[in-house]
Amino acid sequence: MTRVSEHLNQALHDLMESDPSVHLLGEDVSDPYGGAFKVTRGLSSRFGSRVRSTPLSEGAIAGVGAGLALAGDKAIVEIMFADFVALAFDQITNFAAKSTSMYGRPVPVPLVVRCPTGGNRGYGPTHSQNPQKHFIGVPGLSLFEMTPFHDAGELFARMFGLGRPCLFFEDKVLYTRQMYRTDDLFRFELVDDVARVHLDGAGRPDCTLVTHGGLVHRTLDAMRALLLEDELVCELLVPAQLYPVPRLPGLEDAAHVCVVDDGAEGGTWAAEVATALYPRLWGRLRRPITLINSADGVIPAAPHLEREVLVQADSIRAAVREALS
Amino acid sequence: MIVTAAPSRSPRHALNDADLRSLLLIRHFERALLGLFEQGVLSGTTHTCLGQEYIPVTLSALLRDDDFVFSNHRGHGHFLARHPDPHGLLAEIMGREGALCGGVGGSQHIYHRRFLSTGVQGESLPVATGVALKLAGTGALACAYIGDGTWGEGAVYEALNMASLWRVPLLVVVEHNGIAQSTPTSAQMAGTIAARAAAFGVRHHHVGSTDVGEIRQALAPLVDAVRAEPSPLVVEFATHRLGPHSKGDDTRPPEEIRRAAESDWYDRYAEADPERFARIDREQRELVERVVAEVSARPHARPGGAA
Ligand SMILES: Cc1ncc(C[n+]2csc(CCOP(=O)(O)OP(=O)(O)O)c2C)c(N)n1
Ligand SMILES: [Mg+2]
Repeated sequence: MTRVSEHLNQALHDLMESDPSVHLLGEDVSDPYGGAFKVTRGLSSRFGSRVRSTPLSEGAIAGVGAGLALAGDKAIVEIMFADFVALAFDQITNFAAKSTSMYGRPVPVPLVVRCPTGGNRGYGPTHSQNPQKHFIGVPGLSLFEMTPFHDAGELFARMFGLGRPCLFFEDKVLYTRQMYRTDDLFRFELVDDVARVHLDGAGRPDCTLVTHGGLVHRTLDAMRALLLEDELVCELLVPAQLYPVPRLPGLEDAAHVCVVDDGAEGGTWAAEVATALYPRLWGRLRRPITLINSADGVIPAAPHLEREVLVQADSIRAAVREALS
Repeated sequence: MIVTAAPSRSPRHALNDADLRSLLLIRHFERALLGLFEQGVLSGTTHTCLGQEYIPVTLSALLRDDDFVFSNHRGHGHFLARHPDPHGLLAEIMGREGALCGGVGGSQHIYHRRFLSTGVQGESLPVATGVALKLAGTGALACAYIGDGTWGEGAVYEALNMASLWRVPLLVVVEHNGIAQSTPTSAQMAGTIAARAAAFGVRHHHVGSTDVGEIRQALAPLVDAVRAEPSPLVVEFATHRLGPHSKGDDTRPPEEIRRAAESDWYDRYAEADPERFARIDREQRELVERVVAEVSARPHARPGGAA
């Protein structure tokens, strides 16, 4: 049994061991601290100056990462809390992503910006957000997210293989969960690159849910309650690549589709997924795709208030029931 | 790392009761928070100012009611030195009725009268410059607390440049505790804060003492000049963080933690006036115990019901 944070840590060790051109930068990433969430533990002791604790300079460290990548190496930059990737927005969108094509020829920029996301930890409005949506539709930029079903080493290899900058989101609560484990009722398999979680032996599900890595456990809790208490069978699709939205398998005969997204309402990843699905499923859908998002509001620090703003298992369950009623 | 030697001599200036109360209120408040975390009663995180309490207490007497104060993640002392309302602050941290900001902001995001904090480092300095621009000529100023590590952020420099160009009454208080989270200053800052201020033509004053009266005396005319001219000023305190960055995340070697503890004002003030210190210490400890008991028993805060 491996926790997601340990799995990520091992993947970074393996990557830096196998590829001497990989550098890692971020605030407090060096030992003995090993990063705010301990994902970089042991790396500085092992790989020396290829791992650097940086000043508090999110914009510049994203730029330094892009520079290392431009010069022929590869860089992983850790933003301590995803909220602060706002400070690196210019370097990521106006330099790193654009430089892959704005010079009239392809310029590879193998840069991965790791962003610990999400709430439900009582950290308050500036340390809890899911900023994925702000980076959707930036030419030259790909978005990925850690899930409990995808091998992190393979994801790092894929992101670097693209030769363009990628944001890699990692939910902070997911860090503490186990890899490759679902609820005892459900099993999962990878179809191409998308994890498909379903009830063993069930026929066509009443509803197909699509979500990102950080919401997997809340969605599974909802699926369990829907099955046991509402007798509704759900299936779940979890892509590791968020944008461009990949092809989601097996939706042709879906009775209903529901996209669950922890980002705040408005201009969301969920809407982007629906936009990708409508032309494909048009004429077959019986009702509009249901979008479930966190509320349009800041994320409060007090847990009882925070809970009401973020997507929770009970809000997913209620939305699915309502859509199917 | 830069270890700034604090004077080991006893303070030359006796503290008045109000200052001593304020220092000890903050000390016991922060200790109580760490205790509550250990008991699992608090969620999220917290950054205590243990060892640095004398900085906002010193400044409190130099600030006016119409001044703005901008605080950061390590802001409980900044708040309590200006507004001795431990009930409101603890209620905010615990999300209980009577919370300063309805429980929405929590430890790091407080807006109360002319006190404002945010958890994103460096963000407040341009805002403080804007507020100072508005205050210029009124005699009021904007005071912004930042740590040594926060000088890594570009916004700090953009703000200082404008503050100097436009001659705004901005008082930047730097709590230079030699460390940012886990990273010693020597690994995150090239050059010095004094030279940075000089580069923008901004006055800089270095404080090595922990003697409230002595520091205040030196600062009073400088702060007056910020208001009167007006002009920005950077005051850099060489100080020490006694506790962890947040909770349970201190990876400093034990001898370094011991060195930080040796610079603590607490024992020195206790020795200087044992009887009075012990009395007020007990009084403030008991006050905080009552605050904790009372606020813990309150119902959850409801949004919109901010005190
Ligand atoms: C923009 C931004 N980056 C990173 C952080 C995370 N963080 C919070 S406090 C801190 C260290 C701050 O060091 P310093 O300014 O010296 O203040 P101190 O904690 O020592 O009081 C870091 C990295 C943050 N809150 N905001
Ligand atoms: Mg510091």
